[in-house]
Amino acid sequence: MKDTIVAAGGPREFIAFRIGVQEFCIDIMSVREIRGWTPATTLPHAPAYVRGVINLRGSVLPIVDLAERLGFAQTDESARQVIIVVQVGAQIIGLLVDAVSDILTLTTENIQPTPDVASDFVKSFVRGILAIDGRMIGVIELDGVMASETEAAA
Amino acid sequence: MDTMAAIRETFFQECEEQLGELEVGLNAMEEGTADSETVNAVFRAVHSIKGGAGAFKLDRLVRFAHTFETTLDLIRSDQLATSPAVMRTMLRSADLLADLVKASRSDHPVDEARVDALIAELKSLSENVKETPPAANASGGEAEGLDFQPVLLTLDDFGESEPQATRYAIKLIPAPDLYRKGNETVRLLRELSRMGDFRVECDARHVPTLDALDPEGAYLEWRVELTTAEDQATIHELFEFVVDDCELEIVHDRGGVVAPPEAGAPAAAAPVAPSVVASDVVSPVAAAPAAPAEPTESAEPIDSIDAAPPVAAGEPDKAKAEAARPEVVVSTPTIRVDLDRVDRLINLVGELVINQAMLSQRVLEAGLARSSSVAAGLGALEQLTREIQEGVMAIRAQPVKPLFQRMSRIVRELTDATGKVVRLRTEGEATEVDRTVIERLADPLTHMIRNAVDHGVERPEVREAAGKPAQGEVKLSAAHRSGRIVIEVSDDGAGINRQRVREIAIKKELIAPDAQLTDGEIDNLLFMPGFSTAQTVSSISGRGVGMDVVKRSIQALGGRITIASRPGHGSIFSMSLPLTLAVLDGMVVKVADQTLVVPLTAIVETLRPKAGDVHGLGVNARVISDRGGFVPLIDVGQELGYRRDSVDPVGSVVLIVETEVSTRCALVVDAIHDQRQVVIKSLEANYRQVPGIAAATILGDGRVALILDIDTFVARTNRSATAQETLLAAVG
Repeated sequence: MKDTIVAAGGPREFIAFRIGVQEFCIDIMSVREIRGWTPATTLPHAPAYVRGVINLRGSVLPIVDLAERLGFAQTDESARQVIIVVQVGAQIIGLLVDAVSDILTLTTENIQPTPDVASDFVKSFVRGILAIDGRMIGVIELDGVMASETEAAA
Repeated sequence: MDTMAAIRETFFQECEEQLGELEVGLNAMEEGTADSETVNAVFRAVHSIKGGAGAFKLDRLVRFAHTFETTLDLIRSDQLATSPAVMRTMLRSADLLADLVKASRSDHPVDEARVDALIAELKSLSENVKETPPAANASGGEAEGLDFQPVLLTLDDFGESEPQATRYAIKLIPAPDLYRKGNETVRLLRELSRMGDFRVECDARHVPTLDALDPEGAYLEWRVELTTAEDQATIHELFEFVVDDCELEIVHDRGGVVAPPEAGAPAAAAPVAPSVVASDVVSPVAAAPAAPAEPTESAEPIDSIDAAPPVAAGEPDKAKAEAARPEVVVSTPTIRVDLDRVDRLINLVGELVINQAMLSQRVLEAGLARSSSVAAGLGALEQLTREIQEGVMAIRAQPVKPLFQRMSRIVRELTDATGKVVRLRTEGEATEVDRTVIERLADPLTHMIRNAVDHGVERPEVREAAGKPAQGEVKLSAAHRSGRIVIEVSDDGAGINRQRVREIAIKKELIAPDAQLTDGEIDNLLFMPGFSTAQTVSSISGRGVGMDVVKRSIQALGGRITIASRPGHGSIFSMSLPLTLAVLDGMVVKVADQTLVVPLTAIVETLRPKAGDVHGLGVNARVISDRGGFVPLIDVGQELGYRRDSVDPVGSVVLIVETEVSTRCALVVDAIHDQRQVVIKSLEANYRQVPGIAAATILGDGRVALILDIDTFVARTNRSATAQETLLAAVG
């Protein structure tokens, strides 16, 4: 998956968002829509980072608390949070983040490999680092989020 | 090229329908419940397939259909009696025809040897008929004939037994109805021309001027001179479809009147023709006032039109009734629609229902009076929405008939393979159920039918020894019962050998050797994984699929399956299934701030327990007394992890539910909110399966509510309870 980022040359667009004080981004091509927070229905026997399911125009959409998923403390639910609806493979899921901050256009040269200080766990989602205007933004690969989720279920 | 492919696809779809007709007809003929119209329908079905196949140059199909059709024609013309042996060949031919159609559709190879063998068999049938002179056949064939006795010929005809060329003058004056029913004079004349020396004249003097011409009228008259070796009945037969819709005279040119074939001719029962031509008239047939004409000629005859019923000899009463009242069956027009479109529509309607419910709730929250015009409008909207939903659901509903027809073929193949004599009787074929249910029912049903024939029905000698008819019967029935469809597979075989079932279960360590089981419990052992009673694994039912798989597939459809068996009298497997997989009747309950839906079918009763009803059992377990028994209590909220500690059942609401395996459980919930139909939404589509949860739905407030899967939910609790006990035992 790392290859896809490196291999696809030319400028690409990313959506940047905040979780706590840190910034992350995902490829804009996988984003379907961004919507406000709605209370989710709790799912039994689900990993802690799965907040539950919401109704997205008639389909049932699981909500992943990205903060929890990345190992931060669980964010308190608030109406100011945002759900980024993304397509991962054949499934559509919602990512709960604190706020969407930016849309970035960059080429692969802007992406640096994740430094070794990060744990393997974090590295499995954060596939690279962007340095823009003194900010550091982690590039999140969505396949990682889902793949480990299946493992967690087992 | 694309258009061609589309037409081809349509042809194959129509083939399916024709094959269905064919099978129904042949079965009716086999049972002896067929009338002459059935025979014609069968003939038409094969003929249509042949015609279509010819257009697509499917030579193999054409060749077989042609041979098949030839033999059927002999049955139709009562020259070949429908003896059981003949009917078996016919049914086998129908099966092969279906296979050939399927093979042509997917360009798969066919077993040529099988085709050739059947063609040879069919040919030998028709040759036998041809070798026998008609008179001999009439008397000889009757012994075997069930309903279709050969047409009795007049003595005159019998006198001149060897066929000799006779000249007939035929006058045909079609009525407009003849064309309206899709018949075509050109086709009749063409057939006539094949019989021998043929001359035709068209009389067009009744054709009016253009301004007075009714485009759907009939103005032409035809006069034919025919010299043929065929007898008069054969000529008559040619007109049997049209005889009520035209004026027809067949005159023996040499020997004056040829008497009408006795009971065989509808003419005998038909009202007297307005114009009787002296004594030369053979069979004057009345029809609408003849305004002879010939409308535009269409290239192909329409085969599916119901022609005037021809008459089977030997049923003169019925014949009269039919001839007097020519039935015109008006078939409702249909269209073919892509299934995806229907599904999209169903999804949209689902959304509409949800949106409408949300809107109603918002209006209620806004504090508008129930009497306000907005509320009234909403009420009307709700009504409409519900009707639309029902209408859309009905589009997906289909009769179970094709499914049942498939089963009759399976029974046929099985009887050939096992040497048992089994008849499949079907009931309630018109019962409609959602397409998906039908599709997913095919495999389990096939398996159960196989089981019924293979394990249920005994061999003929065993049956006779037990004082039963040698022919076994497997019955397949469908019926609507309280919003569900109930499908039953029953046989009149030996019933379940409980002693053996028990032995096997003990041997396979499914039960303890000293287990005390009721008959019902023993019967239910059949559904346990890894259970198979066949002493020898036969190629028929021993395919590694047990009844447990059947049960699982039925459950996956939201249905339940039960067995009833009486030794020596047979077994009944009955399945109760939802009519659709898209909606579900549920009870909306509140558990620890969460809303859940419990399928109504699982709920036996609801109650508010009193203090004395609840008893502790062991450390964690509690039971509730219910109708003299004790039912384990499960706190739904605690089980699903919504709360840590269980609530006091006293003061809560308890739902007594029953699982597929008839175990009862009492579910503790906080409150019952509502009872309503909910639209089922998949959880797996975007997430994954959740244990204990069947699916999700969207409630009136727009929020998602989970639908409990009672079976896995209860099974899961039992398992965790056992684990807990083991743990406690280990600790203690």
